[in-house]
Amino acid sequence: MAQVLFVFIVVATPREAFWAFGLYACMVLAAAAAAAIPIGFLLRRLAIEVPFVAFAFFLPFVGQGERVDALGVSLSVEGLWGAWNILAKATIGVMASTLLASTTTMAEFLTGFDRLHVPRAFTSIASFMVRYMDVIADDVRRMRVARLSRGYEGRWIWQARAIGQTAGALFIRAYERGERVYLAMLSRGYAGTMPEMGEVRASPRQWLTALAVPLVALPVCAFAWMQRP
Amino acid sequence: MTEPADEITGGPALEVKDLAFAYPGGTQALFGVDLAIGRGERVALLGPNGAGKSTLVLHLNGVHRAQAGWVRVGGLPVVEEHLREVRRRVGIVFQDPDDQLFMPTVRDDVAFGPANLGLGGDDLEERVVQALTAVGMEAFADRAPHHLSFGQRRRVSVATVLAMRPQILVLDEPSSNLDPASRRELSDILRSLDITMLMVTHDLPYALELCPRSLVMNEGRIVADGRTAEILADEPLMAANRLELPFGFFPALADAERRPGGRHSPER
Repeated sequence: MAQVLFVFIVVATPREAFWAFGLYACMVLAAAAAAAIPIGFLLRRLAIEVPFVAFAFFLPFVGQGERVDALGVSLSVEGLWGAWNILAKATIGVMASTLLASTTTMAEFLTGFDRLHVPRAFTSIASFMVRYMDVIADDVRRMRVARLSRGYEGRWIWQARAIGQTAGALFIRAYERGERVYLAMLSRGYAGTMPEMGEVRASPRQWLTALAVPLVALPVCAFAWMQRP
Repeated sequence: MTEPADEITGGPALEVKDLAFAYPGGTQALFGVDLAIGRGERVALLGPNGAGKSTLVLHLNGVHRAQAGWVRVGGLPVVEEHLREVRRRVGIVFQDPDDQLFMPTVRDDVAFGPANLGLGGDDLEERVVQALTAVGMEAFADRAPHHLSFGQRRRVSVATVLAMRPQILVLDEPSSNLDPASRRELSDILRSLDITMLMVTHDLPYALELCPRSLVMNEGRIVADGRTAEILADEPLMAANRLELPFGFFPALADAERRPGGRHSPER
């Protein structure tokens, strides 16, 4: 949650405040250092940002309004600001998200949502999804290998039929598995609601640690707004 | 480790009488099943595919209700008002561990059963640790089930059921899909548990190794009940019920080999 808050604050910061973004970047890097995440790993994960960077790169050329000349190329001032805005905010946002994803397991996410009082039905659905994603992906892989082993190439349009049938078979399998899982749950005393277990409450101290980064970021954002001409 | 005593102390752990059941489609699966299993016994349930073994198993904890006859678990009839207690007393380990393990971590999964029984806090944690220790998986509590090997998942499945402290452990094909080492590890674990056990299996050497007594089921009835070694050696009976021993396996020999040490030790 702290991460979402942080991203909001970053996005809300005016783009003119270069120094503010510098500070945000320092904060993320400090958090990464505290969590012992190598910087190289963070940088590699930034690759996801590439399409946005490409988009940002074009903005100065196609932007409207006042133009400046750099290296003999005419660039739009508005476009330049837009590109900087996207680049800075996306980079910091992606870095913060990567940090969260690499320090928190899926199971911890789910208990986290549970603690934030997300309805239990949603968290159970999400947890089943996480649990069975691999199982179903395995099913798909096996069915694909079985298709290939019987000379299927999947190159011609009339072979599309087999894909459709695979999808159908997969649906039936997943459905049947659902039934078997439900039986197994019943056999262990399931009575319609997921039981409460291992309720761990976050201490005020943990809340403070988690919120430290957004709490520091907030005044930076506020100050940047006040500084605006 | 010790062979379970033949004598039955107290009432039987499980009693089934004249049990009949037909599926909604009209297929009759059980035609009057009779059996009794004493406390502490380890019994194998053998029979060809479609004999009604799985249907019988689903009656033991009330997933299917008897249409005729009855089932009693430790003297308690399996009826609607006792379902909760019956499901605590009868622990079923299903064949596919992916069906049995549905929580994000091993710990949560093992805790699921006892939490449904209303346990929480330290009691719950103690149950989880105890059950995982019994199957040698205590080091994997925080792992996700899909990151474990098949044999490990099977062992965790057993733990999920043990955590409910059942009186009877029912295993559906416990050795299926296991490599030989996992199969042996599981048999060591099962033998170390001091609990009444009913094991549905096609793995006849496994039945001989673990279960002194066997029931043979065919076409919805129990057709034989006796010492496993004798049943496996009874060729006409075996042939009549589509049971076949693996090539080169001689039950009399294997049985004799097991006797002196009490336990058949793997080749060394």
